Amino acid sequence: MRTTLPLAVAFITGLVFVITFFLNEESPLVGGVSKQLLDWLIIIGGFTLLLGVVSILRVSWQSVERRKEDWIYKLITILSVLVMAIPGLLPESWSSLFGRQEGTIYDWLFLNLQAPMMATMFATLAFYIASAAYRAFRARTAEATILLVTATLVMLWRVPMGEAFLNLFSEEIPGLINTYIMGGVNLAVQRGIIIGAALGAAAMSLRIILGIERTYMGKS
Amino acid sequence: MSGIEILQIWIIAFFTLALFSFLYKDNPFYRLAENIFAGLTTGYQVSLIWDTVIIQKLWDPMMGGQWWMFLPGLLGLMMFSRFSPKLSWMSRVPLAVVMGITAGIFLTTQLHGFVLPQMQATMSTFVNAEGFAEFFLAALIAVGVISTMIYFYFSHEHVGVLGVTAKLGIWFIMISFGAHFGYTVMGRVSLLIGRTQFLIEDWIGTFSYIF
Repeated sequence: MRTTLPLAVAFITGLVFVITFFLNEESPLVGGVSKQLLDWLIIIGGFTLLLGVVSILRVSWQSVERRKEDWIYKLITILSVLVMAIPGLLPESWSSLFGRQEGTIYDWLFLNLQAPMMATMFATLAFYIASAAYRAFRARTAEATILLVTATLVMLWRVPMGEAFLNLFSEEIPGLINTYIMGGVNLAVQRGIIIGAALGAAAMSLRIILGIERTYMGKS
Repeated sequence: MSGIEILQIWIIAFFTLALFSFLYKDNPFYRLAENIFAGLTTGYQVSLIWDTVIIQKLWDPMMGGQWWMFLPGLLGLMMFSRFSPKLSWMSRVPLAVVMGITAGIFLTTQLHGFVLPQMQATMSTFVNAEGFAEFFLAALIAVGVISTMIYFYFSHEHVGVLGVTAKLGIWFIMISFGAHFGYTVMGRVSLLIGRTQFLIEDWIGTFSYIF
């Protein structure tokens, strides 16, 4: 029961979509069932994300309750979740500050705190990328040298000053980078990776539908 | 500029500088900003999911007569059984629905939507090439695709012809990764310029109103 039921469910739901692909997707029965199942996928996915939120709150609250090290920061996390979530959950009819539309608390917090902080977090990565590049780009092997030269050329090509610098050597260099590096080698590698990953994903999907792959169910 | 606008700018500037302070070393200001950011992002997701999924996809259809929609709701609630060691097996059922649907979609779309079109695009460029330059580019792409795929083929030892092709593949991959790295760096630097511009123009700009 604990193993057979999930396997049967995965087999049936998977099979529905395989059958849908071969039959007329616009027919009321086949198309209707697959559309319903897609909605189910979104709903269960939503609950799964909420499970993650509950888990974060639970772990943070345990730290606060037991006064563990840095518990004050866990309390700040919990308060921040509540401050952002509650005004967004309350009905718009209660106040113009509630809900998710423009001019609400939720909107203000998103525009003035969450979005700028996210941009800052990603901007901080520029320094770490530079630090990683210093270590990775030391041209000790042929492969590292190729990586170094290509990255330098692309970085120069992407900014007007760099492009002007490349033009000093030959005006054809920016065009050649665009054609042969981005539209040639890069395109070829992306295609190779996409084909390989897609074949792997299809094989894994077949294993899941047939019940060979069971690791998603966890232990025992 | 109103007082509220100045206050908003100062709040954003405080958190921007607090997050940047980690570049020196870990400190209480960074920890404060980091935890507020994590909390706000989580809270943002809660409101978003509640409105777009629970209300719009589950509650409204159920109230509109689609009573059977209680089933995905029930499956979603079964995910919470993970908190109980005795009942945690029940969460396998909704997980199986997610895995089954995803596998069903992937099995066909990955082959039909990715593998075959990418192979066709590689061959058609090669066949439709006009002139030496286009032919050379098409050949470069074809060689790149094949050698990249061979590099990721681990069922046989990379020796002989397979080894040479795999070696060529790693060179192609390094060029591509270099290009991606260059793009990523420029993207991050662009964000850094944006934040620096905010601090210099907007935040320091408020000094003239205050002092």
